[in-house]
Amino acid sequence: MSAVWKSREFLLAVALALAVAVIGLYQPVFVEWENLSDMLTETSVLFMMALAQMVVILTRGIDLSVAANLALSGFLAALVSQYYPDVPLVLMILAGVLSGLVLGMINGALVAALGIPSIVVTLGTLAVYRGMIIIIAGGDQVNASEMGVSFQAFPKDSFLGLTTPIWITIAVSVLFWVFLNFARTGRGFYAVGGNPVAARYCGINQGKQEFLAYSISGAVSGLCGYLWVARYGVAYSEIANGYELTVIAACVIGGVSIGGGVGTVPGALLGALFLGIVNTALPVLQITPFWQMAISGAVILAAVVINARAERRPDKLILPEARRLGRQRS
Amino acid sequence: MRTTRRTVFKLGAGAAFAVAAPAILTQKARAADKRIAMIVKNLGNSYFDACAKGAKNAAKEIGGIEIIYTASAKPTAEDQIAVIDAQIAQHVDGIIVSANDANALVPVGKKAMQRGIKVMSFDSAIAPEGRIVHLSASSTPLIGAKQVQMIGKTLNYKGEVAILSAASTMTNQNSWIAAMKEEWKDPKYKDMPLVATVYGDDQDDKSYREMQGLVKAHPNLKGVISPTTIGIRAGAKAIVDGGLVGKVFITGLGLPSEMKDYVLKGACDTFAIWNPVDYGYSSTYIMNDILAGKPTTEGSKLSMGKKGETTVGKDGECIMGEPFVFDKSNVEEYAKIF
Repeated sequence: MSAVWKSREFLLAVALALAVAVIGLYQPVFVEWENLSDMLTETSVLFMMALAQMVVILTRGIDLSVAANLALSGFLAALVSQYYPDVPLVLMILAGVLSGLVLGMINGALVAALGIPSIVVTLGTLAVYRGMIIIIAGGDQVNASEMGVSFQAFPKDSFLGLTTPIWITIAVSVLFWVFLNFARTGRGFYAVGGNPVAARYCGINQGKQEFLAYSISGAVSGLCGYLWVARYGVAYSEIANGYELTVIAACVIGGVSIGGGVGTVPGALLGALFLGIVNTALPVLQITPFWQMAISGAVILAAVVINARAERRPDKLILPEARRLGRQRS
Repeated sequence: MRTTRRTVFKLGAGAAFAVAAPAILTQKARAADKRIAMIVKNLGNSYFDACAKGAKNAAKEIGGIEIIYTASAKPTAEDQIAVIDAQIAQHVDGIIVSANDANALVPVGKKAMQRGIKVMSFDSAIAPEGRIVHLSASSTPLIGAKQVQMIGKTLNYKGEVAILSAASTMTNQNSWIAAMKEEWKDPKYKDMPLVATVYGDDQDDKSYREMQGLVKAHPNLKGVISPTTIGIRAGAKAIVDGGLVGKVFITGLGLPSEMKDYVLKGACDTFAIWNPVDYGYSSTYIMNDILAGKPTTEGSKLSMGKKGETTVGKDGECIMGEPFVFDKSNVEEYAKIF
């Protein structure tokens, strides 16, 4: 029981609630529902990207190509909307997801089959994917006026008081939570990253797990690519430039271990929420831009230091029950 | 051993011919055609594509000029130097550059001029030692004043106004903002105070969030000036998305193709930018005068074709004119161009 109160997810949640309360004191407009809804909508891409990145990091890998993948897939979705405006919206979104999936599978194949370190593979594909936008576009961009009406309206629609990006985030999060906690393949990510040797003895195929991790990461990047392009109403080669670092920062803040095998869905979500709050609070608080970067950086460092100091689990175990047993023992 | 030496000799002769051949073969073509390389900040930028279009129009008017439009994929000085080096190796007659770094490009500019290639900059200057003249689209005071005048007209000189800039470290942004504040001293703006300056770092997502933050932190905000094409389009999108059309207006420097929707929807009344087609056009005419051997000392006049003449100022600085204003009446027409 006491373990819950000590868990880093809980501590992070408390810290976030405190931060929101303090910001609300200074600028009451920040805690109004409209602003919170804006903030969650703005952060929805980061939520999903952090979850996908976590799966890759769990297997001791890293995917630096996510932002480039987002840009390329978003661009392709925008092109579909520009040249085939009569195609149903579902197919346009699917175009983004499929493109992301294929790009992710390329990463997965290079990492899993050829055994090249993921940081090298994805650094390479990052440049390739961004370059491809320039090649496909011939230097052009897709503007708001060239995208379809429904294409741009979808991320602004709401349903039961929540915007569509928030609903999508909720659905994706639940899916990840169930998959990572209750599916054999989902637990496999923890096994492969936590203890590769033991995982092999258990009959878990490391290559297959890695391939799957990068594919998931790619597909989610593709989905987010559509959301990004439709939300900001422009698609070109520079969108989300450097965003991969924000995504990785969200994971680290959320307690995902870069060493692999450690990380939870609530943790990654809280990490993303943390950055989302920082990003939206600073403009509302009208903090001078000269301090903004320093403040975001300091906050990230502080969060990471707290995480590093948090007690380490005795072992990285495959089954949730075993982990619970391990926790009781310690 | 003998075969090796012979092979080496053959290779050497072959290489010598390979190097000399293009020079020999292009000698004739060069006599008729002047080749001008237009090297911009990066590829994939519709603004520069429009500049290149103007340059090609001017080349057609003048005749006997070939425009080589090129750039690196990324807007960095290192990549740009490599591109310029490649053009020097091609022995072009003139180079028109939009510099990624004023000082870093000085050595390569000097190198080109030592080899008889005329170098000028436009849009973003090379420091005076590295080029002959620089053509500014407009002057800092003209650009700053124009933007304050536009929002003043839209708001009828009443209501709070904020500035949504790019990065706090960008020199052109800061000097435009300083020029705006100078214009703001005019008593007619006394009911139109400047309440905040925020920075969107020329990223769509950050600019969008800064715009949302501005509206929330200043409930009485009526107008926003964004002197950056990314800031103005992201800000306009935030106005439309937030249902603020009619309550908050944005103006600034934008591209017609990106702003068309927002002007028609009413988030933006007027915005301005120098017409990049004119910009490339005027630059090419000036380069043509330089290639013809016209003087470029302070006070001498250079032709800009149909756009008139410009007078060379201190350090070879020339000015094209006032920014061009776009509104509902002409935005659709220009959106087709850039």
